[in-house]
Amino acid sequence: MALSGIQIYKLLPQTNCKECGFPTCLAFSMKLAAKQVELSACPYVSEASKKQLAESSAPPVRLITLKANGAEIKAGNEVCMFRHEKTFYNKPGLFIRVKASDPDLAAKVTKADAYKVNYVGMDFTVDGFAVEADGDLTAAVKAIRAVSKRPLILISTDAAALDSALGLLAGEQTLIYAADSSNYEALADTAKKHKAALVVKGDSLDALADLTPKVQAKGVEDMVLDLGGKNLGEWLTRSTQARRLALKSNFKPLGYPTIFFAAQNGVEKEAVYAAQAISKYAGFVILDTFAPEMIYPLLVLRENIYTDPQKPIQVTPGIYEINSPKPESPVLITTNFSITYFSVANEVEGSGLPAWLVVTDAEGMSVLTAWAAGKFDAERIAKAVKGFDVASKVSKKRIVLPGHVAVLSGELEEELSDWEIRVGPREAVDLPAFMKQALN
Amino acid sequence: MPIEIPKDKWPGKIQSVTIGAAAAEGGTRTKSITIGGQTCMPYLHYEAPMPNRPVIAIEIKSRKPDDWSSLLAEVWGDAMNDPAQWAKKAEEAGADLLVLALTLADSPEDAVKAVKAVLGASGLPLVVWGPGQAEKDNELLVPVAEAAKGEKLVLGICEDKNYRTIVATAMANGHLVQARTPMDVNLSKQLNILISDMGMPHDRIIMDPTTGALGYGIEYGYSVMERLRLAALQGDTMTQQPMMVTPGFEAWKTKESKVGEGVPESWGDWKARAINWETLTAIALVESGADIVVLRHPESVKRVSEAIGELISV
Ligand code: B12
Ligand code: SF4
Repeated sequence: MALSGIQIYKLLPQTNCKECGFPTCLAFSMKLAAKQVELSACPYVSEASKKQLAESSAPPVRLITLKANGAEIKAGNEVCMFRHEKTFYNKPGLFIRVKASDPDLAAKVTKADAYKVNYVGMDFTVDGFAVEADGDLTAAVKAIRAVSKRPLILISTDAAALDSALGLLAGEQTLIYAADSSNYEALADTAKKHKAALVVKGDSLDALADLTPKVQAKGVEDMVLDLGGKNLGEWLTRSTQARRLALKSNFKPLGYPTIFFAAQNGVEKEAVYAAQAISKYAGFVILDTFAPEMIYPLLVLRENIYTDPQKPIQVTPGIYEINSPKPESPVLITTNFSITYFSVANEVEGSGLPAWLVVTDAEGMSVLTAWAAGKFDAERIAKAVKGFDVASKVSKKRIVLPGHVAVLSGELEEELSDWEIRVGPREAVDLPAFMKQALN
Repeated sequence: MPIEIPKDKWPGKIQSVTIGAAAAEGGTRTKSITIGGQTCMPYLHYEAPMPNRPVIAIEIKSRKPDDWSSLLAEVWGDAMNDPAQWAKKAEEAGADLLVLALTLADSPEDAVKAVKAVLGASGLPLVVWGPGQAEKDNELLVPVAEAAKGEKLVLGICEDKNYRTIVATAMANGHLVQARTPMDVNLSKQLNILISDMGMPHDRIIMDPTTGALGYGIEYGYSVMERLRLAALQGDTMTQQPMMVTPGFEAWKTKESKVGEGVPESWGDWKARAINWETLTAIALVESGADIVVLRHPESVKRVSEAIGELISV
């Protein structure tokens, strides 16, 4: 937790020598609290004070980065309990669990590694693999590295096996699962040697808080917590408590991101377990099933929870060409909210029919939201049609409105008197059929 | 060393609301359902007990809908042609209560008949929705409210433009109302004020803040619900109504649920995806404070119900 100006003042020399450029130490400490100056501007702070100030400015939930040659994923650095208070920053990494003993290991990893799904113009993938050492871990890692460059989590408590596998992953940042009170010394040594991060596991938050300082004393700073918990309810409690302790009490022993195994109570519950973990503070989520019909909604949920609701994702207003339109191709009108734009663009693109898509500046709102807010009216549409000089591109002056705003057609006829105004279907799914049947 | 867990102590409390009346209370339901009553954020049992679990409603219609996904038609089958049959099947599928949605094609007589048929077929508490056009809603809901006097139905959907008639008939006939506003804390509050100003007691108002579906606006709905719940716990009495949300309606509108062919391969199996879409939308809303989730597919009902069971049984 950041210190207040007064708390910082108590750590300064209090001599008011002015060398920092401020008239008093108090003035300087106020600026420091507001993060408008650097501590180094004061030449006289004691080493002890420096250390204390550095600790207090460390993020309450430590940032952990897992990295391979091709990709990296971050967890931690979060600052709030509810996303509207600020925003959630680092999306929980989705890792697929695979088994070292699996004869199809390489094929499975290849398939999951290649997975890519587009959601409103963004390509989403899985983030990495968690390798269960139920066979030769080193051989498994070798096999995976031949087909995937995503970060790894190694599931083993055998320090020698880990040492050998991590030897293959030099230069990467890997996560080891997991140390508990019985084995942490050996695992901490291995983690330290390979600069790997280490999961710490305990039956309760008390047990965890006991263990993390011991692991830290062994020289490992990068830790991830397995909070345990027998079901959704228990995990939610622990996850909330750990995050609160870190944020509200600045309780360092639990100031780390968490890892959650979504299939721990059966694969039929996996999607639901993962969904709670994504909404409620997990740093890494491990899935046993690689199924696009589950991964896709989870990736979308993660995107939704981790976007800043203050800033809707937008596309730039303008005239977009779909399937190489010609002068006689239809002109479709929509708004610049990403979800809206892509719903329409994907539909038309998929149909192979050429069209001009006029994206009006509706301040990033959906059709009805913008209409209700007065950001998508006849005037704005007319302005877009004129401003983007649509007339110069087409031979037939005809525009198609979204069905939801059919009420605008009268006014629009007045604004664009030389244009024919048509009302399209309500949903974009029905656009291709409409374009084929009604627009000839 | 035992850690001291920071606890929030809230001054406010969510209003308890009871839906449905059994014979002793002047109705014919086999049981009533009580929601609300919380004094902390969802499922934080270490702060305060959760007096009532969130419940699941299944949405059925007075006539077979022609715009529902074929996956839903497949699972409900012929029962969709008969609200009484559909109600029975929905009860078997694990619904805690039912939502009967009337349609534009219904006459007032049709509406009353459908409501009576459902009340006769199932003893679950019932929510009745008008077709969603202010005039038609009034035309259908008033006779329904009168015909089912004393059943403690929930009548919906009250919005700022049509709430007066619905609230008046609910008050006159001992029913409750569902107050819907488009994703905005202040609008929810304002509609609750307008409805209370008419004299409706707080234990007969359920608010519906609208949520959007996964991928289609849920990020707004999720946070509006959390903010409403926080405001309520902080003591703002006009946000203390329990929340009823419609993930089934929202999710089954999306292309991901509706369309099985010609979609990217990366979307995976259609049926499993569609059910995940509904289930995960509902789970996110359950986490953010929903007291009633209205669903459409029995498999989602099963999965969400199990999840709620785990969340309340700590
Ligand atoms: C998310 C949302 C919001 C978000 C905004 C998100 C955003 N960036 O736009 C927030 C919370 C900010 C919001 C605010 C408001 N909202 Co709002 N919101 C929604 C919600 C839940 C989803 C909208 C959405 O994202 N839809 C998905 C996109 C893809 O849909 P779409 O743009 O319509 O596009 C589809 C079609 O129109 C079609 N299409 C699009 N372009 C084209 C082009 C052509 C040619 C064709 C043929 C088809 C086509 O294809 C798309 C896919 O099928 C809807 C309710 C709902 N469930 O639909 C209410 C809704 C749109 N909101 C509504 C209202 C009233 C408001 C507010 C005025 C209320 C308020 N809070 O003050 C404000 C206005 C904003 C402001 N003053 O700042 C009302 C509008 C009522 C009406 N019919 O007039 C709705 C319908 C809710 C309701 N039932 O009352 N909202
Ligand atoms: S330089 Fe340091 S000691 Fe001197 S006034 Fe500034 S803060 Fe105080």
